[in-house]
Amino acid sequence: MDYLTVLQILDSALRLATPLLFACLAGLFSERAGIFDIGLEGKMLMAAFFSAATAYSTGSVWLGMLAGIASSLVLSGIHGLASITFRGNQLISGVAINFLASGLTVLIGLSWFKLGGQTPALRGGARFQSIDLPLADTLSGIPVLGPLYSEVLSGHTFLVYVALLCVPLTWYILFRTRFGLRLRAVGENPAAVDTAGISVVGLRYAAVAICGVLCGLAGAYLATGLGASFVKEMTAGRGYIALAALIFAKWRPWYALYATFLFGLLEAISNRYPSLDLGFITLPSQFMQALPYILTVVILAGIVGKATPPRAGGEPYVKER
Amino acid sequence: MEQLPKWADLVVVPLVGLILAFVLSMLMVLATGHDPMEALSLMVSGALGSSYGWGYTLYYATNFIFTGLAVAVAFHASLFNIGGEGQAALGGLGVALVSLFIPWPHWSIALLAASVSAGLFGAFWAFIPAYLQAKRGSHIVITTIMFNFIAASLLNYVLVNQLRPKGAMDPATAKFPAPTHLPSLGEILNGVGIPFAKGTPANVTLLVALLACVFVYILIWRTRFGYQLRAFGKSQPAAVYAGINPVKITVITMMISGALAGLMAINNVMGEAERLILGSVEGAGFIGIAVALMGRSHPIGILFSALLFGALYQGGAELGLWTSIPRELVIVIQALVILFTGALDNMVRSLVAKVLIRPKRVEA
Repeated sequence: MDYLTVLQILDSALRLATPLLFACLAGLFSERAGIFDIGLEGKMLMAAFFSAATAYSTGSVWLGMLAGIASSLVLSGIHGLASITFRGNQLISGVAINFLASGLTVLIGLSWFKLGGQTPALRGGARFQSIDLPLADTLSGIPVLGPLYSEVLSGHTFLVYVALLCVPLTWYILFRTRFGLRLRAVGENPAAVDTAGISVVGLRYAAVAICGVLCGLAGAYLATGLGASFVKEMTAGRGYIALAALIFAKWRPWYALYATFLFGLLEAISNRYPSLDLGFITLPSQFMQALPYILTVVILAGIVGKATPPRAGGEPYVKER
Repeated sequence: MEQLPKWADLVVVPLVGLILAFVLSMLMVLATGHDPMEALSLMVSGALGSSYGWGYTLYYATNFIFTGLAVAVAFHASLFNIGGEGQAALGGLGVALVSLFIPWPHWSIALLAASVSAGLFGAFWAFIPAYLQAKRGSHIVITTIMFNFIAASLLNYVLVNQLRPKGAMDPATAKFPAPTHLPSLGEILNGVGIPFAKGTPANVTLLVALLACVFVYILIWRTRFGYQLRAFGKSQPAAVYAGINPVKITVITMMISGALAGLMAINNVMGEAERLILGSVEGAGFIGIAVALMGRSHPIGILFSALLFGALYQGGAELGLWTSIPRELVIVIQALVILFTGALDNMVRSLVAKVLIRPKRVEA
């Protein structure tokens, strides 16, 4: 394996990690505020469909992105209604949202495009184009570091850079602003926040909405950045993998970046080597496909060490009377 | 919030949730440019209008009884088993291995052995997530979902690389030998003189499903273990304080749950396809969640809601056959049922309470 192959795998890993990173940060906001969200998957899928559908019919990827965010926000609203206002079971609500998205995308997709649940292929302005970072060509001559810059970091679409910027932004919001402090507090001890005269419901809805926006970006990236159309069930469990990455990252933004990059790397490797020959044994393609899921279980089972979730996570807040 | 009478809680609330789900789905049918009344009548007549329709409805219902019971048993211990899909797939592997490689003299013995094997395979697939949850605190919802994906890959490997007959193209096993053929409902009923459509997949497994309902009822409400299980589900710290071993409860409950989901395979693999094909579970593991919620995790409720979803599934298939409305409509209805009878339960409940309790308030 030469250096160029390594660079290509890293490049592809960054691409594949992007939707996971968005979804992971989405889950981070939601869970830090005490709302579990199994429905990341469904929100991404819904956003992927509506962004592709809108981008196709308007020819503008930006309108597509907005439509994706909007559709994801609608599902967030349902989740908020069920888990904040009506204090329902957050896991069940998330499961319902996932099924809703997987059914609706096909139902609407067939009715609009009649392509077996897909959208037509997106071309030109209906897709995100890759952006070359400044001086990528000039610096590519520098040994080792030059190609790393021009091959791996440069040449991605807009949303990849947005995702990377979201990491320090999330860190700043959560740990350096008043809003972030309150948001974290509401996930640990909502009663204390309530006593201080701050609306628990308001904060939790805000967190769920941010989660919706980020899931919308994840979905839009899947359909209009990474891929070039919506395909049935195209999220393929990424929402759940993002949740596992979130636990691996112990609900912290920078670690979320590392965890999702690890999963992206794994997916990139299994894409590149459909069946991996390790010399003494050849891993079959089915094993390589299952690898991200197996790793998720392994990480949840042990490597994490002790991961302490936000204390009030998953529990509806009932005001004392 | 006022306490609802028990009958309202058990019957009216799920029914209102169901009606809400249906109204919304029919609005969606309308929005995609179809006639909802026509769709609804096609679904009802396709599922229940003929003994042919019933033959399919009961077949699907059998699947959903197993997966619904599986989810319900876990629910009673406050565990959420989303892995029914993978457990049922592994159950299919168990059935296939037993049916293919052992020459059985009679279908009844084959059914017994296949049931045991399907249950064991399903239980095994639930054991790992259960053990990880109990010992390592890995979130069981995420691990069971991951095990669904892993099961799909495993089945793909086994079918493509191991069990596929030489020269065959599709990823499936050879047809099971004739002695493992289970009598279909049509054959049984025609045998005693009741006319019933032949060639429908409902089969003797339906009786096994009914037995499973009785088993779950006795297990949950009439045994010491069932009591411990429910106590654990209501409050873990209290259960631990009472000397109930949380690891034991989690692992055994999940294994029973996985075994029930695995048992589904005697219906779809042994009873219907008579060979193991890829993706044979067809989402039944997930529908079990809706069935359990709708049926309030009680075997009798599950029986009725499995029947309802069986009819829905068959009706949806008819819809996909005769109109341009895809059968994915059923997934939407299923999602809305989960939403209204599960997550938004409190909303439906307060709606019902407003209607039912108002006269009392006037009195006071």
